[in-house]
Amino acid sequence: MKFGVVVNEGPYTHQASDSAYQFTKEAIAQGHEIIRVFFYHDGVNNGTRLTVPPGDDRHIQNNWSELAKEHNLDMVVCIAAAQRRGILDENEAKRQGKDADNIAEGFRISGLGQLIEAGIQADRLVTFGD
Amino acid sequence: MSEDMEDGGDIKKFMYMNRKAPYGTIYALEALEVVLIGAAFDQDVSLAFVDDGVFQLTKGQDTAGIGIKNFSPAFKALGDYDVTKLYVEKESLEERGLTADDLMDLVYEDEDDDWAEKPSIRLVSRDELKTVLAEQDVIMSF
Repeated sequence: MKFGVVVNEGPYTHQASDSAYQFTKEAIAQGHEIIRVFFYHDGVNNGTRLTVPPGDDRHIQNNWSELAKEHNLDMVVCIAAAQRRGILDENEAKRQGKDADNIAEGFRISGLGQLIEAGIQADRLVTFGD
Repeated sequence: MSEDMEDGGDIKKFMYMNRKAPYGTIYALEALEVVLIGAAFDQDVSLAFVDDGVFQLTKGQDTAGIGIKNFSPAFKALGDYDVTKLYVEKESLEERGLTADDLMDLVYEDEDDDWAEKPSIRLVSRDELKTVLAEQDVIMSF
């Protein structure tokens, strides 16, 4: 089955990102296809490479980046939601005149059309959040 | 879901569930942003308003005191984007002491009926909404 995954909450405060990660990993393990993971609302905060959790805790952002690398996952951060919350890639940082970017490996910034497209192309769109 | 969706060429039924108050959290505003972008994809779009989500459609919203933009006028533009089915759950209204009269007058022009102006808001019971939801292909919940 083709799944689209939507992550609507940030890391650590809320379990949504952990649950989405476990779901995505297990779906792939069971032979399903994840056509896209879309990060929206505070979910965009999963895409910063600057998080430094304590060493004895899981590293949510690294987990996503590694999963993406391993399975060639398409992980998209909503541009409008990201700009509000200070998540920038190199191009956006330049365009907005900011002195740094912070997008993590494996994530890309794009528009809400990518969410709608995931809804159209997936057999099931699964949302994680409140 | 219909089998003929495999080639992606058909129209899917999209439902945007609005469950939260318009202010206090950003969910309502960012849900509306999804609806407006999604309108460009020529899908069969519906919105539902349940729980505190019914407050999103109340008329006379004034946000001057909280310093946050009042985005409720944007709902009036939905008809122009062919977003014409706004289901409002009766029980959610009643539980909050609201009636249909408290809601904005939202309309669309029906191209199949000589562009007659028609109401976009459809009051439905919890049971009726259940049936509407069961017919959807994609449900996004905000």
